[in-house]
Formats: sequence, C-alpha cells, structure tokens
Amino acid sequence: MKNLLSASELDRDAAIEILDIAEGMAEVNDREIKKLPTLRGKTVVNLFFEDSTRTRISFELAEKRLSADVINFTAKGSSVSKGESLKDTAQTLEAMGADAVVIRHPASGAAAVLANSGWIQGSIINAGDGTHEHPTQALLDAFTMRKRIHGANSKGKALDGVKVAIVGDILHSRVARSNLLLLRTLGAEIHFVAPPTLVPSNTQTMDAKFHYSLDETLRVEQPDVVMMLRIQTERMNASYFPTEREYARHWGFNAQRLSKLKESAILMHPGPMNRGLEIDAASADSKQSTVLEQVANGVSIRMAVLYTLLSGERNNNES
Amino acid sequence: MKASFVLKNATLADGSKVDISVVGDRIKEIGSNLSADELVDCTGLIALPGFVDLHTHLREPGFEQSETVLTGTQAAAMGGFTAVHAMANTMPVADTAGVVEQVAALGKEAGYTDVYPIGAVTVGLEGKQMAELGAMANSKAKVRVFSDDGKCVHDPVLMRRALEYVKAFGGVIAQHAQEPRLTEGAQMNEGAVSAELGLTGWPAVAEESIIARDVLLAEHVDSRIHICHLSTAGSVDIIRWAKARGIKVTAEVTPHHLLLTDELARTYDSVYKVNPPLRTQKDVEALRAALIDGTIDIIATDHAPHPIEAKDCEWSAAAFGMLGLEIAASVAQEVLIESGKSSWKRLTEVLSLNPAEIGGDSEQGKAIQVGAIANIALINPVAKRKVVADTASKSKNSPYIGLELPGQVVHTIYRGFFTVKDGKLAKAGRN
Repeated sequence: MKNLLSASELDRDAAIEILDIAEGMAEVNDREIKKLPTLRGKTVVNLFFEDSTRTRISFELAEKRLSADVINFTAKGSSVSKGESLKDTAQTLEAMGADAVVIRHPASGAAAVLANSGWIQGSIINAGDGTHEHPTQALLDAFTMRKRIHGANSKGKALDGVKVAIVGDILHSRVARSNLLLLRTLGAEIHFVAPPTLVPSNTQTMDAKFHYSLDETLRVEQPDVVMMLRIQTERMNASYFPTEREYARHWGFNAQRLSKLKESAILMHPGPMNRGLEIDAASADSKQSTVLEQVANGVSIRMAVLYTLLSGERNNNES
Repeated sequence: MKASFVLKNATLADGSKVDISVVGDRIKEIGSNLSADELVDCTGLIALPGFVDLHTHLREPGFEQSETVLTGTQAAAMGGFTAVHAMANTMPVADTAGVVEQVAALGKEAGYTDVYPIGAVTVGLEGKQMAELGAMANSKAKVRVFSDDGKCVHDPVLMRRALEYVKAFGGVIAQHAQEPRLTEGAQMNEGAVSAELGLTGWPAVAEESIIARDVLLAEHVDSRIHICHLSTAGSVDIIRWAKARGIKVTAEVTPHHLLLTDELARTYDSVYKVNPPLRTQKDVEALRAALIDGTIDIIATDHAPHPIEAKDCEWSAAAFGMLGLEIAASVAQEVLIESGKSSWKRLTEVLSLNPAEIGGDSEQGKAIQVGAIANIALINPVAKRKVVADTASKSKNSPYIGLELPGQVVHTIYRGFFTVKDGKLAKAGRN
C-alpha cells in the first residue's frame, strides 16, 4: 500500500492491521520516551491548504514520534485564487525529496489528483479533501469504538454488529463518508440522522439507513455509538435549516438525549465542537463522551498509517 | 466547363453509388462514368453534405492560448465540418457588430470552414441589458443566432424581450439552460456519484426548469427558440411535450452527452468536467432515443478548448469543457448507425441539414445535388479508430483519448476545395 486516499481502499484485514499497529503505537505514547526510530531519515511534508490546527498537529506529533523529518507547508487558498497551483507545489516538494505528503485541501479529490498526476513520487495521505473523505479520522474513530467495546482485548477485533448513528451535516461531511466506508468494512451498521436538506439527494449507493428524527433513532435503534458532526458556519445562513436554535432542538445532543442512551453507549465528536449547537456541554463532558480519547487515538492511528505506508515502501525497495 | 475533379464511386446516404463532379465551388454533375483531370477514388466512402456545427467555441479574440479561429476551423475540417457557429463568450464578448465582423473576417481569412459568429444576447454576457442584436444582424457578419452560452439568460423579462426582438430579422435565441441559484458552485451531475465523491451537485432540475419556462415564453410570444446541449431525460420530456404542443423549439445534444456518464468523475480527472455535466446512463439513453425519434434536432459539439493549465489541477479549480469537433461524426455513427436504430439520412439531418436550417445558413446543409455548393464530407464507415491525443485543435482536453470509435473522415470538401484529403489537413485554407 503506497497511498491512503480513501477509506474504501482498506479491506477488512488491512483495516484491522492498521488498528492493531495503532495499539502498539498507543503503548509507545504511554512510555516515558515517546519515540521510535522507524522513520529516521524520511521526510514527511504536511501540506495544508486549509486551516486545521488539530489535524496538522496530530500528524506532526505522529511523524515526530516516528523520528521523521517534518516540514509544515501551509498554503492558504488553492490555484483557484491563482497563488501557486497544486501542481507547482507538488513538484517543488518532489524536487526537495519528500517521502510522504500529508495533504489537507478544500477541493474534493485533491489527494487523488496528487497521487495520480505523476507530479510526485512519495506516498500521499489524505488528511481531508473538501467534502469527500478523511480516512485517518475514520480509522481513529473505529479505533476509539473498538477500544471502548473490547478494552484490552481489542487486537484482531472488528466492529461486527455495532450500531453507529452519525448525526448532522451528512451532505458536506468527509468524516461521515469515510466512516461509512470503513465502519461497514468492519461490520458495523450505519444510521445517518440529519435534516432532509443535509442529506445527499441521491443516496442509492450509500450503504446506510437514513433517518430525520434523532429522538426516534435513539429510541428505536438504541445505538451503541452516537457520532455528532460539526455544523460549519457557512451552512448556517444558506437555508439548510431555519435557525441554530431549531437545529439544536431537533438534531443537537443534550443531557436529556444523553439520558436516553444505553449505559454502554458512547458519544463521539471529531472536533472542534460548537458547544450549544450540535452538542451541549453536559454531553460533551460526560463520561460517555470520547472526544479527548479521539484526539489521543488520532496520534496513534496516524503513526500506524505512516508506519504502514512508509515502511512498506522500504520493503518494496529492498525486494 | 471542365470538371475540377470527380469523386468516383462514392456512396450517398441512400446507398446509391455515384460519381460526383465538382467545378469551382459547385456540384456540376452526379452520375456514372464522369471524368476529369483529377479523379478521387471514393469506393467504400459515404458522401454526406458537409457538417455544420451550431455550437463551437473558437476562443478568438481573447483566448488564443486555447484556440484560434484558424486552429478551431482546422479541427472542424478534420471532423468533416464545412461550417461552424462561433460562440460569443470571447474577450471582448461578441456583443457588438465590430467583434462579430472581426470573427467572420478571421474565418474567411483562415478558409477552412464558413464561420458564422453567434452574437451575445446581453452586453458582456451579464444578463442585464440586451446587446445591440440588430446591429449584429445587419453587420457584414449577418448574425442570426444569439446566445449567452456559458451563462443562462436568466431574467425572464429579458428572455421574453429577446425572443420577441429577434423576430425583426429572423433570428433565434439559443439558450444555455441553467438556473444559476440552483447551480452555485456546482461541479458535476447531482446524483449518487456526486454524493460519494463529495462534489457539489448540478441538479437536472436546474436545466429542466429553465427549459420549461422558456418553451412557455416562446409559445406566449410566438417565437422560435433553440435549446443548447440538452443533458437530461427530463429535458427530453419537456421538449417532446413542447413540440407536440406546436411550440417552435429546436434542441441540440453534444457528442459527450450521447456517450459519456458521470461515472467518469470518479477518476477526479478534470478532462471529464463539463457544463452541463455528464449525466447518468439513463439520461444518455433518453438523449439517444430523442435524437433518433426527432425530439432532438441536431448534434452540436460544444467544442470547448482549454489550455493544459486549466485542466491540470484539482477538479473544482479546473475549467468546464471538452473538445468535440474531430469526433462528432464518429459519435453520431455510433449512436445512429452502429446501434442499428437509425440511418445515414438521419445522420445527415442532425449534423448538416437541421443545424444549417436553424442557423439560417443558406449556403450550407444542402443535400448533395447538382448546382449545390460543394460542401461534402466523405467518411469511411468501416474504419475503427482509437482516439489519440494528437489533434488539429490548439488544446488537448479530449475525453475520448483511448476510446475506440467507428468511422473516419477521409476527405472534407469546403466550397469545392479539399480542406482534408486522405485524412490530412490542407496546409493552407481556401483562398
């Protein structure tokens, strides 16, 4: 495996393997000296065309813990604004000898274009492309679920039969798309809950059940996992829903809804949260919330992905 | 007068085999055993009236890095065309008599096809104020087709006035049907594939709602209207309904909407990015059926050249549009002939007779007959060709590269002059 562009590229065995490697990485993260020499001499570029401090520092930490040389390249705006084009940026990084590029870009498919263009030889890791995918987020979410469900016996396990409700802006969410693909591969059952305006108009190829009512979904489906999606500010004034208050009333998570969850259920959010909109403080800070575990697990997962892609490349070169 | 040349043993659309003698720019005689100094063996070749494209982007003036009138008409000649209608979205926009006369003059100078400039409906394509349509109609370019193509004439009052106004000189409005608010930021067909790819959808209703409005407007003011690049099954239904009702509407379909679907967007290769977008297989089938049954009148290429840098980038940053002039006849053959569902006669109508009639081109789109101007495309119908990147166009944004298509234009005769002979472009045009 050279690139990670989409969660659809991972079959069940490959996904479980990455989750298992991340278990090992999590152990490293608990040590006093949190560092492995695995990627010594490798150069990893974090190429961010979109603000995302959280994702960038998560990758940066993962890269540094694997002893890679790390370069952060932040280029706001894309070739649309006629700054430097994606092609020129990629070719520049290639000339500098990047072994891997972690790309975050506002255009859907940007990571795929980079990987298929021939502009660059290194591995490409999609750290979020527009409203398309965010595969490492799905991996860290799966890892978090598995850890909560199976605890210390997580290794080798999948998520068969786990009921996951993903709530919010499905139409524009790369987190929802990647989670759908990966969690289905791991055997989970997906329920999307959203206002009708925030669901794609044609969902025939999406292997999920769709619901409009959060309360009914919680009552009828009794999900094991509820994942709240962030509502982007630009949706708020575009007639997707009348007001923030109405959204929060119907699709926001709150203490009253928390009380309806079964005790073992967990509440997830990819961050950053709009407290009071899609999630209230009581829920976000509850013991069922995994928000901070997700952040910690993100580092382990990204270490596992970098290890899988870059040490694989090393093996290929030797063989 | 002695014949300039004779096309020996050519097959006409009705299947008959004839010799065609050409003197000067006219067809002098059709028969057998005709002779001349120059005999061109056309055994196995089908002779059709030269093709007429009602929808070409020649890009000049203003975007000469993409295409010029010369290179665009050379590509047209390679595709069997003897006339093209040049869209108005140049820089400056073809919204004055000066610009349309310049484009017409460049066409004449190039000498590869007739070039009929299309005038903009509104000043600067901005949809606010009607351009001087009368001045363009009365100019040396004699403009009869008006379009803001690339943009929709969205204001219903302005559209109504334009439909009425062009009756004064027998003009027609060619509408690019796209409701602008429903397509803000749109990147591809709104459907199952866009849902997966996370690309902003261009819903079918944005096209269909404008077509529905405009056929009703045309009916109300008793004007003629032409709809550019139909792309959805729903649009076909509306046109069929409008024609049954007696509304004077004509419609075109592009080669790419007859052949390609939105599944290709999965590659994120922006060579497949076009406006209106590639739709679903169901739409392709509806468009093909409509072309065969006459609901759709013509194939028009929407040939839209772009330089490499406009496509060599992420999908949402890429320009809309694809080449089409050199493969249009092959796609027509695939849809009408190879399918076994239609005929060379129909192919002649959709690529030559009907577009010339809609555009008011009196010297184009005439059946091959004695006395007609010698605009002739000769096609080898049994050839199979794999489309290659090499093209007479200045741009390379062809979505067909690597596909195998039937038929090959062997000769193109434009006003008695071989612009293409044995598949090779003439080094200079007809002057």
